[in-house]
Amino acid sequence: MVYGTAAREFYQNELVGIRNDGLFKEERYIVTPQGADIEVEFPEGAPVKKVINMCANNYLGLSSHPDVVKAAHDGLKAKGYGMSSVRFICGTQDAHRELERKLTAFLGTEDTLLFASCMDANAAVFEVTLGPEDVVIADRLVHASVIDGIKLCDAQYDSYKHMDMKHLEKKLQQFADKRFRMVATDGVFSMDGDIAPLDEICELADKYDAMVLVDDSHASGFMGKTGRGTHEHCGVVGRVDVITTTMGKALGGASGGCISGRAELVELCRQRARPYLFSNTVAPVVVTASLKVMDIISETTERRDKLEQNTLYFREQMTAAGFDIRPGVHPIVPIMLYNAQLAQDVARDLYEEGIYVIGFFFPVVPKGQARIRVQLSAAHEKEHIDKAIAAFKKIGEKYGILGLGKKEIIDKYGM
Amino acid sequence: MADELKDKIREYVVDEYVEEGEDIEVKDDTPLISGGLVDSFSMVSLKLFLETEYSIKIPDERATAEAFDTVNAIAALVREYADA
Repeated sequence: MVYGTAAREFYQNELVGIRNDGLFKEERYIVTPQGADIEVEFPEGAPVKKVINMCANNYLGLSSHPDVVKAAHDGLKAKGYGMSSVRFICGTQDAHRELERKLTAFLGTEDTLLFASCMDANAAVFEVTLGPEDVVIADRLVHASVIDGIKLCDAQYDSYKHMDMKHLEKKLQQFADKRFRMVATDGVFSMDGDIAPLDEICELADKYDAMVLVDDSHASGFMGKTGRGTHEHCGVVGRVDVITTTMGKALGGASGGCISGRAELVELCRQRARPYLFSNTVAPVVVTASLKVMDIISETTERRDKLEQNTLYFREQMTAAGFDIRPGVHPIVPIMLYNAQLAQDVARDLYEEGIYVIGFFFPVVPKGQARIRVQLSAAHEKEHIDKAIAAFKKIGEKYGILGLGKKEIIDKYGM
Repeated sequence: MADELKDKIREYVVDEYVEEGEDIEVKDDTPLISGGLVDSFSMVSLKLFLETEYSIKIPDERATAEAFDTVNAIAALVREYADA
């Protein structure tokens, strides 16, 4: 038997280690479609509980939107369930190319290539476009999939302090002798809701002859006046060379991602990207539903406007209530608690109050930076948000943290 | 006697990894990677700095999180390869 005692014991010990470190992740079973109101079975076997979902990437509330669901049904009938092929053999339907064209127009780029996920897009783009003569310089807090993508390529790698333009400039100067320099950043950073200063990054890129890559997964569909993304928010549409993004968040939330950018670079990915060449095509039903999403968000900014209002309202009310929240304008709202145990306790108590949020702590965020990450959605009505704020206030009072800043919370609960 | 090598490494670590406004003291035995100040992926810039500054080549298999975890350990690694 290959799977012998030694292997079994090794894996068991690893799992024990994960539990002992407090890092064991447990799934919560949601028995309803995704939305503002969901029903959850947690822990396994417990009675189903109705809660308000405040931690989904469902920024535009399109995950279960009736028009999107209908487009998926229609697509299923018209295009079938699966393609049983990679794109370049017999896995490309007209709808795939139509979606790529619509994404290109929406993002203001030159061409687009679909992937099964943005994780795949990030796994592809660096390996195809950079070689040992090149360097990629990434913000230190970029998403794990960007780091993994960089690891797969032969280029020199370096990083700059989070959103520190002086440090980035120093690095660009340091690597002036490289053939190509590529700056890689998230448009919006998933743990903090920080918005990358793409205007300054593009200025530096121009000055030091560098390309710019932005993972805009937490921005596509709603950042900027017409929701194009962080590049629109920062006024640099057309100046970002590569955007990678996902349809798994605001844009319907099912799955799928893309590389969108300079035409030659995208075409080269179509020819050489391994996750494109050796992974199945995006399912037709996801493509037809995504086409409907593109129509919805291209016709009106109503949903991103509502998301913006919800975000402003929640941030104002939570600040007034005395919570220590990271300032900003993004629907990711980190409620800072600093202490890992406190973050878990507050999240658990909020769940009892009918509010579904998660505590984040090291190693997902730096040590001493534990928090609850709230994510607003256009699916939230004012009543949802008011209920969430009332629950936060009740639990905040219980733990005596209202009105306390970082130092006071750490003095009370430790790091 | 002051240890110039350690001071130089410390200066680089503070400059490269400590964010503006952060009040972190980097001592000889402060855990840099296991303590969360330097993540294992970002330590490549430290390796590059050491190799350039001291004209050495640290093999990838020796550039581990443990070997780069403290100023003491980094200094020992540099001395090993500088003497080689």
